[in-house]
Amino acid sequence: MIELEGLTKRFGSTTAVDDLSFQVRPGVVTGFLGPNGAGKSTTMRMMLDLDNPTSGTVRIDGKHYRELEEPLKYIGALLDAKAMHGGRSAYNNLLCLAQSNRIPASRVAEALDVVGLTAVARKKTKSFSLGMGQRLGIASALLGDPEILMFDEPVNGLDPEGIHWIRNLMKTLACQGRTIFVSSHLMSEMALTAEHLIVIGQGRLLADTSMADFIHENSRSYVRLRSPQQERLRDVLHESGFTAVESGNGTLEIDGATTEAIGELAASHQLVLHELSAQRASLEEAFMQMTAGAVEYHAHSTGEAAPPPATPPGPQWGQSYQSSKGA
Amino acid sequence: MASVPAVLRSEWTKIRTVSSTTWTLVSALVVTVAMGAALSALLKSTFDDLSPEEQLTFDPTFISFSGMILGQLAMVVFGVLVVGTEYSSGMIRTSLAAVPQRATFIFSKITVATALALAVGMATSFLTFFLGQALLGEHRTTIGADNVLRAVVGGGLYMGLIALFSMGVATMLRSSMLSLGILMPFFFLVSQILASVPKAKTVARYFPDQAGSKIMQVVPDAMGSDKAPYGPWGGLGIMVIWAAVALLGGYLVLKKRDA
Repeated sequence: MIELEGLTKRFGSTTAVDDLSFQVRPGVVTGFLGPNGAGKSTTMRMMLDLDNPTSGTVRIDGKHYRELEEPLKYIGALLDAKAMHGGRSAYNNLLCLAQSNRIPASRVAEALDVVGLTAVARKKTKSFSLGMGQRLGIASALLGDPEILMFDEPVNGLDPEGIHWIRNLMKTLACQGRTIFVSSHLMSEMALTAEHLIVIGQGRLLADTSMADFIHENSRSYVRLRSPQQERLRDVLHESGFTAVESGNGTLEIDGATTEAIGELAASHQLVLHELSAQRASLEEAFMQMTAGAVEYHAHSTGEAAPPPATPPGPQWGQSYQSSKGA
Repeated sequence: MASVPAVLRSEWTKIRTVSSTTWTLVSALVVTVAMGAALSALLKSTFDDLSPEEQLTFDPTFISFSGMILGQLAMVVFGVLVVGTEYSSGMIRTSLAAVPQRATFIFSKITVATALALAVGMATSFLTFFLGQALLGEHRTTIGADNVLRAVVGGGLYMGLIALFSMGVATMLRSSMLSLGILMPFFFLVSQILASVPKAKTVARYFPDQAGSKIMQVVPDAMGSDKAPYGPWGGLGIMVIWAAVALLGGYLVLKKRDA
């Protein structure tokens, strides 16, 4: 169990992490979600006692990280893939870590085997690709066979095969009853692996909920309408008790309605419809809505006064979640 | 708390599994011995050209240590890289996650590296002394003569302390490039030049290398060298204080700053 209490980190006048309090419960995969610059990595570094909090505390099974005897046996972390000495072989990089925590040298070979790096164990790590570096980082996290594992953006920069491998690894580790705390800025990734979700934006806690609740509350379904007789249509809808919201380009969105009801209503008033479709907002959209006010780095299109509304890059984001739910 | 023997063992593995350890220490030895030998041979053949005053205060021991001016730079590189690569590679975060007790971590690392630097320094010192004396011919001294053994052991201590001081500086600056950029010109140029400028000399004689190198002189004020207000051990003591301050500074930086 990891407990954060009022954790705050300021760099000069900017507050990277703002009064963050939550718990990472044992035996489940907890997703730690937030846009870039939300303070995820800073929080994780403070959890490992690498950065000093401005105020607040982190406790691991009731202890400060610095009080842990041989911390690699309690908690393994992948923070950044290249945090190894490039001039040393993969085996030796892990060996010196193992020795510092009195972990038997035999574990080094085992950990390398788990991540599939046995063949390059004697190679200098500076020749490693990003994916290999990521695997080596994971091997270092697994060295002490810890109960708690922390991964900071483990899928970043990986090829699809590597992503698939990490997903399965996390599931396997969780099945063994370990506590997994994994950060990401991709909702779709979290929906696949996490059971519990902690969302932060600009360093503040936005949600601390189970994945099931998050899906239940946030996967909004609505009906989309387009009509050349929009004014009349809106009146009719209003009279029948539907709330239509204009969403630009002359389309209307109605929450909690069915296409059948709307279609029949329009027919009975002899209104022309150009579009009538059932829509389901993806978790990605829900996440973006939640963090909309808390995005550190907005992209602004040049020459236009207002930034365009955030749109998910294509329908596949939501669909990947949908299909996985069915699977 | 982390087990100190375990951390020492881990740091030993770190130090022996990177190639920079070998090339810096081998250079320190080879450069010192080769340059010491060359200057000893040169002085033997030009001894008669020296002024009578210089002939009178001729210090064969100190001459055989002439190579340390260059050889110490390799020791500086060794000391800087031992600490600096932790930062440049990002390994520091992995290391501190494994050993979160800052004092245990840094002092174990520095203990192992200093012990190695001392061992190589002693070997260098004895080798350069015996080779230098062999080349000095009739002007030579022997290890049994007064104060000579002190000077030769002192030469080894000097090499170890140079490395130790560099480790302290690199821990403070948290960067190999920055540390080398400051230490190399300092030891190679600034300190040497200031030590021969009349007014600046009074300050420069308290620099770590100027003070520490007094231990290698057998004849006081040999060959027109600076007449320091401290003895050989006093000079080495000044160098120890420099190293201690650098280490303390480094430890405080490591403790206070984010990794």
